[in-house]
Amino acid sequence: MSELAIDRQIDRSKMQVSDEVAIEINNMNKWYGSFHVLRDINLTVNQGERIVIAGPSGSGKSTLIRCLNALEEHQQGTIMVDGTELSNDLKNIDKIRSEVGMVFQHFNLFPHLTILENCTLAPIWVRKTPKKEAEERAMHFLEKVKIPEQADKYPGQLSGGQQQRVAIARSLCMMPRIMLFDEPTSALDPEMIKEVLDTMIELAEEGMTMLCVTHEMGFARQVANRVIFMDAGQIVEQNEPEEFFNNPQSERTKLFLSQILGH
Amino acid sequence: MSDVSFVRTEMLPEQAPPASEVGLIGWIRHNLFSGWFNSILTLVSLYAIYYVLSGVLPWVFQSVWNANSLNECREIMMATWGSTHGHACWAVINDRWLQLLFGFYPSHLYWRPIAALLLLLVALAPVLYSDRLPTKMLIFSAIYPFLMVWLMWGGTIWGPIAAALGFVVGWGVYTLVSKQLSGLFGLIAGVAASVIWWLVLSSYFVGALDSILPIGIEAVQSRQFGGFMLAILLGVVAIGVSLPIGIVLALGRQSDLMIVKYLCVGFIEFIRGVPLITLLFVASLLLNLFLPPGTNFDIILRVMIMMTLFSAAYMAEVIRGGLAALPRGQYEGADSLGLNYWQAQRLIIMPQALKISIPGIVSTFIGIFKDTTLVSIIGLFDVIGLASAIRADTAWNGIYWELFAFIAALFFVVCFSMSRYSMYLERKLQTGHH
Ligand SMILES: Nc1ncnc2c1ncn2[C@@H]1O[C@H](COP(=O)(O)OP(=O)(O)OP(=O)(O)O)[C@@H](O)[C@H]1O
Ligand SMILES: [Mg+2]
Repeated sequence: MSELAIDRQIDRSKMQVSDEVAIEINNMNKWYGSFHVLRDINLTVNQGERIVIAGPSGSGKSTLIRCLNALEEHQQGTIMVDGTELSNDLKNIDKIRSEVGMVFQHFNLFPHLTILENCTLAPIWVRKTPKKEAEERAMHFLEKVKIPEQADKYPGQLSGGQQQRVAIARSLCMMPRIMLFDEPTSALDPEMIKEVLDTMIELAEEGMTMLCVTHEMGFARQVANRVIFMDAGQIVEQNEPEEFFNNPQSERTKLFLSQILGH
Repeated sequence: MSDVSFVRTEMLPEQAPPASEVGLIGWIRHNLFSGWFNSILTLVSLYAIYYVLSGVLPWVFQSVWNANSLNECREIMMATWGSTHGHACWAVINDRWLQLLFGFYPSHLYWRPIAALLLLLVALAPVLYSDRLPTKMLIFSAIYPFLMVWLMWGGTIWGPIAAALGFVVGWGVYTLVSKQLSGLFGLIAGVAASVIWWLVLSSYFVGALDSILPIGIEAVQSRQFGGFMLAILLGVVAIGVSLPIGIVLALGRQSDLMIVKYLCVGFIEFIRGVPLITLLFVASLLLNLFLPPGTNFDIILRVMIMMTLFSAAYMAEVIRGGLAALPRGQYEGADSLGLNYWQAQRLIIMPQALKISIPGIVSTFIGIFKDTTLVSIIGLFDVIGLASAIRADTAWNGIYWELFAFIAALFFVVCFSMSRYSMYLERKLQTGHH
């Protein structure tokens, strides 16, 4: 939970927020049994935004982000992703999932497939991309995350940081318009955190719409254009990073920041 | 500087380990005599092995191979070794091995089960060694079941073709209906169409074509089947069919659809809760009561169905164990990429779950293969049934060990091969750290 220094210049020229709406959540509620885990969530995300979601453990960050590609079902309200409403219609769900990339805390790579096969599987089966083209694209993204030489290995033979970068490449191979990250660096050692953050920064520099649940406040400060603070299933505060960190409004936010930043 | 500082001026060359660590002596020391307790264990074990072998080996090798009856065997033993004790009379195997292998299958047609067995190996090869052989060979694997039935039972060739067409009909209806309505309706309609074809329409089809174009080979009746051939036939069918059914049952048991789930649970628990022998009795006796009189529902087919269902229930539970061992993240990873349910199962979940379950699956295979010997109790002449029949023959009355040793050897070869193959497969599929 430290504030890892990001020791590079960030190129903001392409980080532009457009007027086009990518995600729109209206009065969304979700329960686990009788436990009200997400309460009246309203959130609009424009194309090109980089949003960091922070909050104490159990506040519902993962649940929120997982609702966005229907890994979890919401019970009330509406979620629109790229103009398609997330309903129980399986066709919509599959369409949205193929346009929204997701990166998990524990990578969730497929251990029985090589790195290259991990990356080409979904393009071939979901997008019906010809195998050769899918492989070329996979190599392109593996080069981008700087591990093309590992293409023929299995996930079990890679370090944690390498696995997470493969997971990012795997998502990118589906050419998503939106990327969701759920604590992508929490399972990694500091050295590897940096590799993964670098990859994420590069993505941001290319103008990808990103929603990241993360405790990396350095990333939030320098890359995000908006920080959302959640507690007890609600959005408590959201603001631009500078304001959010220097001038938090709510008591809960102040408490959280003092704990996480250690002062 | 203090005297703790030290700098090496000369690097030491590598030296050979002392003789007590390597070679035969080293090995024996490490593995057999590494302490007084181990030394005693080693000596006791060596004595036990010597004791068993000193009894068994002379029995196996100082034996009679040519004789026409047990009495003749004994006479030869008396003449040669002066005692009948401790010598095997393999003459019974020499005399009856064809029968033990083929039952009462007509001897001029022995080539047919042999061809079926050899072709089985050809059909299995692309499945077992999928990484070394071209995928196109799988087409033969798909045709093989029908070819096998035709070779074994003979008769008109249109019968197996009609049976194969049932699958084509079902598939056609499935694709048609699932395009119009949902996939589930398509599945139901497809299965229904196949069943109607097999039960009602196919007999007209066979009759019509057979009268126009009678192609066929000599038919063999089911009651002529027997011996080790029957064990292999039942085992191969039960193994081959129960694996896919087991997968479907295991998936059904995890289904969100209540009805599907409880049907699967009920089936699995019921089948696992009753002894196989009762199922076999149901197959041989009770089914006749329910079937309309005059219908001829082949006894071997009935037994095959029961053995398949029995082994499928166990298979389902073994595979469910594999499914349960998969982390949830694998499902989520597949879902998040937009793979649908069947794609996720086929490409992500099943390959891993089956790999985890290989030891359990192969144990089930071995178990069901050995359980085929139970059919002797309902009057089929499998290899055990034949052994009893041979012992009832006056010529061989009283012989015992030799027959069962032979049968045990037959089963052991097959089961041991399966076990070795499963170990090869596990090693091959290992993708962790190397
Ligand atoms: N499948 C589930 N069934 C019931 N309750 C759940 C389930 N998943 C999560 N919860 C509960 O919902 C709440 C929110 O969980 P969530 O995983 O979204 O929290 P989080 O903010 O991501 O926390 P963390 O920082 O620890 O990951 C927690 O109290 C959790 O116990
Ligand atoms: Mg979480």
